[in-house]
Amino acid sequence: MFYRLSGVHHNSYKSDSKLFPVRADRNAVIFFLVLGVAAPFLIPSLYLNSYILPWLIWTAAVLGLNLVTGWAGQLHLGYAAVMAVGAYSAVHAAKFGIPWEFALLIGGLASSLIGSLFAFTALRVKGLYLALTTLAMQFVMDWVLTHSPAISGGSHASLQAPTFALLGQKITSDAGLYYVAFGWCVLVTIFMLNLKRTGLGRALVAVREKDFAAAILGVNSFYYKVVAFAASSFIAGVTGALLVATFYFLAAPEQFAVNVSIQVLAMVIIGGLGSIIGSYMGAALILLMPGVVNQIFSSVAEIMGWNWVSKRWPISRMQPMAR
Amino acid sequence: MDWIFLAELTVNGALTGLLYSLVAIGLVLIYKSSAVPNLAQGALTMLGAYIVLAFSHNLGWSLWIAIPLSVVIMFFVGIGIERVALRRLAGRPIVMILMMTMGLDIFLRGTTLAIWGGSSRSMNLGVSYDPFFVGDMLLSRIHILGAGVAIALFVAFMLFFRTRMGIRLRAISDDYLASWSVGISVEGGVGLSWGLASIVAVATGVIWGEVQGVDQSLSLLLLKGLTVAVLGGLDSILGAIVAGIILGIMESVGSFYLDAIVGGGSRELIVAAVLILTVMIRPHGLFGRHDIERI
Repeated sequence: MFYRLSGVHHNSYKSDSKLFPVRADRNAVIFFLVLGVAAPFLIPSLYLNSYILPWLIWTAAVLGLNLVTGWAGQLHLGYAAVMAVGAYSAVHAAKFGIPWEFALLIGGLASSLIGSLFAFTALRVKGLYLALTTLAMQFVMDWVLTHSPAISGGSHASLQAPTFALLGQKITSDAGLYYVAFGWCVLVTIFMLNLKRTGLGRALVAVREKDFAAAILGVNSFYYKVVAFAASSFIAGVTGALLVATFYFLAAPEQFAVNVSIQVLAMVIIGGLGSIIGSYMGAALILLMPGVVNQIFSSVAEIMGWNWVSKRWPISRMQPMAR
Repeated sequence: MDWIFLAELTVNGALTGLLYSLVAIGLVLIYKSSAVPNLAQGALTMLGAYIVLAFSHNLGWSLWIAIPLSVVIMFFVGIGIERVALRRLAGRPIVMILMMTMGLDIFLRGTTLAIWGGSSRSMNLGVSYDPFFVGDMLLSRIHILGAGVAIALFVAFMLFFRTRMGIRLRAISDDYLASWSVGISVEGGVGLSWGLASIVAVATGVIWGEVQGVDQSLSLLLLKGLTVAVLGGLDSILGAIVAGIILGIMESVGSFYLDAIVGGGSRELIVAAVLILTVMIRPHGLFGRHDIERI
């Protein structure tokens, strides 16, 4: 691609660590922010809530996974399980009568706790073996979800989420739900944008590039791996809770099964490890592509007079790999 | 607790475990030669079973023609996958290779679902469903047959790795650069190992298709095969056989006791726990080489 920093010279440390070294970047971000705020007035609510809203939420999830996979370089195939922890604990907390703000926080912290367990495998192995262990942990989590009626409400059951509310205001309108997702996505994006400017972000990159070289520089790779897993799991937990609260409206184990984990990782990789704008695009591609391709196929089939292409991906209910 | 029942659980577990070994052998063959963890082995197994079915049921040919024909087709499918998808990924980060094989898995599952649909079909191998009595123990005939196939494949590969071609494969698994420098075609060898793994997938597919019917769930054998392969050491065929027996027995006996406590379905839990514990305690498995990445 273009080397966009060409001709940009830094004379001071301050200018080097600016958020946007290229002015066009800042303008583009402002443009998209305005577009995002104005979206409910520009886009019909059907498209807004069945395409844009899940896209933003999944983007937040992808950014969270990018923190651990892209920045800290640790493979994570159990991300959906961590999201499930957040979703279920937040929904249970909300059902218990705790306001949603705190319920989301509880979801995030619970995820953080469980997600740090994944980190302990990362302290021992890396690469393929880390991937396999996190995959196995995902299966364990699936099993726990489907086999403990206290959490999931029984096997093949789903848990109805109470109406989402913030600051005592019930949020039920399409635009309101969209703004919640948008706000969370913006928050996570700001966090990730600033991450590379902080010591934490640089330490994570050092751990990714070579852990013992990082150790020589005085970066405690064990500590930063745990931090990366905990922070990414917090994002995952809140995202999972918001996904249930604003999009699915009920929590079911299949929403957080192993294929979802694989899809989120695919979003990260397609977008590019450690890339923020890539996370948006990767999520969009994986989320919207099956529907688009299916439409293309079915319209081609109609033109050609075939009838074997079934509408396997219902477009109205965007969920990655709904099987 | 009577001892005959425990013995029956153990023997049946060992036989089932040997069937898992079939999947694991395919994984090990590929990992051994190219250090690629083939997460599509489950889907390849399913594809093998479907191709056999396509010949034997849709075209009505005898199984004795259908199976060899499928072996030939799958051999070239395996080589083709390596040529098209994996070769250009050589030397790339492991996450890319993992995602590629996972993508292959999803692709193969989607394709078979589109072509053959989701309904379960039976293999009709002609093996009797009557139990086989050893003393007072009831054993399933197809499991005995499958265990026999697993042992036969193990012996065949042990002999194969002593032939000239087999020695080349071993050299490749030792060191790419050294193999290149003495004139061994590394690409050819890796392709061959994919072909062999696909042949194993046909055998696995036929046996498992007879055991549980041919449908999408065949691809879920991957997790068990992977656990067996990791437990035995990802580059050891002997390990795959031994670990298969161990996992089978643990699963069968363990789930009998655990199911009573947690209310059913503890098999997957045991498999996942074995995988996690193996990686945490002994990542190179029982018989694997020690040079596995550790921190």
